Amino acid sequence: MHKQFAYKVLRSAAIASAVAAAAMTGATAQAKDTIKVGVVSFLTGPAAGPFGVPGKNGAELIIHAINKGELPAPYNTKGFAGATMDPVYTDEAGGNSKQVAEYRNLVEKQNVDALIGYISSGSCMAMAPVAEELQMLTIMSVCGTPRLFEEKLRSVVFRTQGNAVGDSIAAARYMTEMFPDLKTYTGINQNYAWGQDSWKFYSLAMEKLDPASKASSNPQFPKIFSGQYSAEISTLSLDKAEVVHSSFWDGDIEAFVLQALVRGFFEDKKFVSVVGASAVDSLGKKFPKGVVMGTRGPYGLLTRFDRSRALNNWFVDAYKARYGVYPTGPSYQYAKAVLYYKLGMDKAAAMAGKFPTQDEVVAALKGMEFESFGGSVKMALGGGHQAIHEVGYGITTWDKEKKAPSATDVKFYSAECINPPEGTLAADWLAQGMPGAKC
Amino acid sequence: MQLLITIFLDGLTYASYLFIVSVGLTIVFGVLKILNVAHGAFYAWGAYAAAYAITYAADMEYADWIGFVCIFLAAAAVGVVLGMIIERVILRHMYAQDEVLIALATFGIFLILEDVILLVFGVNPYFAYQPMALLGRIPVGGISRDVYSFTLMALACIVAFGCWWGLTKTKWGKLISVVIYDREISQAMGINVSMVYLIVFVIGAGLGALGGAYVAPTLSVAPGFGIDVIVLSFAVVVIGGMGSIPGALIGALMVGILRAVAVHKMPELELFVVFAVMAGVLIIRPEGLFAPAKARTI
Repeated sequence: MHKQFAYKVLRSAAIASAVAAAAMTGATAQAKDTIKVGVVSFLTGPAAGPFGVPGKNGAELIIHAINKGELPAPYNTKGFAGATMDPVYTDEAGGNSKQVAEYRNLVEKQNVDALIGYISSGSCMAMAPVAEELQMLTIMSVCGTPRLFEEKLRSVVFRTQGNAVGDSIAAARYMTEMFPDLKTYTGINQNYAWGQDSWKFYSLAMEKLDPASKASSNPQFPKIFSGQYSAEISTLSLDKAEVVHSSFWDGDIEAFVLQALVRGFFEDKKFVSVVGASAVDSLGKKFPKGVVMGTRGPYGLLTRFDRSRALNNWFVDAYKARYGVYPTGPSYQYAKAVLYYKLGMDKAAAMAGKFPTQDEVVAALKGMEFESFGGSVKMALGGGHQAIHEVGYGITTWDKEKKAPSATDVKFYSAECINPPEGTLAADWLAQGMPGAKC
Repeated sequence: MQLLITIFLDGLTYASYLFIVSVGLTIVFGVLKILNVAHGAFYAWGAYAAAYAITYAADMEYADWIGFVCIFLAAAAVGVVLGMIIERVILRHMYAQDEVLIALATFGIFLILEDVILLVFGVNPYFAYQPMALLGRIPVGGISRDVYSFTLMALACIVAFGCWWGLTKTKWGKLISVVIYDREISQAMGINVSMVYLIVFVIGAGLGALGGAYVAPTLSVAPGFGIDVIVLSFAVVVIGGMGSIPGALIGALMVGILRAVAVHKMPELELFVVFAVMAGVLIIRPEGLFAPAKARTI
């Protein structure tokens, strides 16, 4: 009898403990005053100066402003669902193996609540499976390969930057509209996902927009961070193509411009640079005029002196006051990703009536449309995880009054003009002639 | 014909750059018998020092030709200062150790020097284009070429001649040859081997720095500058034979010309061709094309 009673008591206690444990580990998140978020960008290596550090600065500025509630309305609520963000800045340099280890360290040892960042398409493709495995909310801020979501849909990975498809189609549209007489083109792109994809989608778009255009049979794909382009410049110079397309970024665009400039390359060829605006600011007056320049979105060089958007005004002025230089594309891209995270946290908190769980934040982020520093962003592709937004191109010049680089003949293309509809692969959409594009 | 001339000149340009960087590495291996991974750091430091000096001169509105003076002074300074510090403080105590340990030590030195660059020069790139812009361009083979690349070829010829003359026509050259042949006998004969090692290491470091300093005006000098060049230098030295200066020259020419052919005709093979040549040479002649003969020691 006593044994039976003891057994019942123990059994009840065990059940009660299990229920209590389940309740503690269940869906209810504890309210937090501070959240920890990993912010990853190139802090060393050749990409640090033109991309990584401006990106980190953009994130740092916005995090500080959000923590203090200093952003212009309607984003002037303090914090991320009321919590202050404590960023952990991490270096993206060192290769994918190192990055995977750093990612795991941030998640498993430093217990971050989310990760924001990544510039290289290689990094994004390597981190996405790890993020899915660890089920850690990751907002990718820059990388350009469309393969991130076209090859596989993701549950906790988001990207607030449009991909190479939009950049390339916008470039092709700009060239066919502004320079319809230039029919032949070639390219020099870095030999990895971003460079290969950029050339592929530019060529496909040109083929459809101007069937009379002709691609060179010898586009160049040098190794990323190669630095020496004498032979490539010679090859492109000998090529009869009138237009040279390039998605070079970081120190490669600067090295290429310096080496090509002295050889009169830009006098003979029309150069189309998808993301070379960092070199415009670095080289200043030395950068050749007349280059067709993109910034992968409505910001940076193309909108620097556009004072029509309150959020952009605030960002440009605050960034210049803090860092002494104008914000560039990466600065906007990181700031946009942080802003998106704040909006997701706030929305999830409002819907849940409490500090949100990661699942609630993910649900809030999915398919969101929001106003960013440079314009509207819609998470319209990749099952609501991939952003689309307008992309612009202009022609480089030097503004004598402002004594700064600038752009003329700036044109923007709407998101629906340069991106396929949800569920359609970009290559297929281009092959069909971009049906349904709203330009 | 136009294409052949272009490929040839492109190949020579790249070969010149590779030779100047690699000859220092092969000299150090030939005499000291150490694989100096820190050679990439000398290259990077030479580039940074030159870029810093050139941009300073430009800010002070000195004439652009001063940039050339800055290049050679920077290379000499890096070679002497870094070379002496590393050889005297670290390597001198390790010559009796296993070669793998010494190579690991030089790798550690490389990593340290790369990080010190960030502390000294920061993460922002330097643009020291003034010397290259000063010389302008000339039409050759139907396209414009920068005159600066021809001066790079001239510099490579001067370095090659200087190495040959120094080793064959000077007293110190003969001493170095003797030390290469047999260190112990040289020491027994009264040659100050320690001083020979120091001088050779400083010269090797200086040549690596000269390679970096001279290419600095052609690109943005940014962190991570020295990493890729180590791999290419090793490929050139391995092809030519470690310790052989003519081998470094031939290896650089092979890599330069073949790479130029690949860029013009099969760009997708550009990187592959360098290491394919290396692999091919190693299969046929594992010691390299011009490896110095080794005396058998009993």
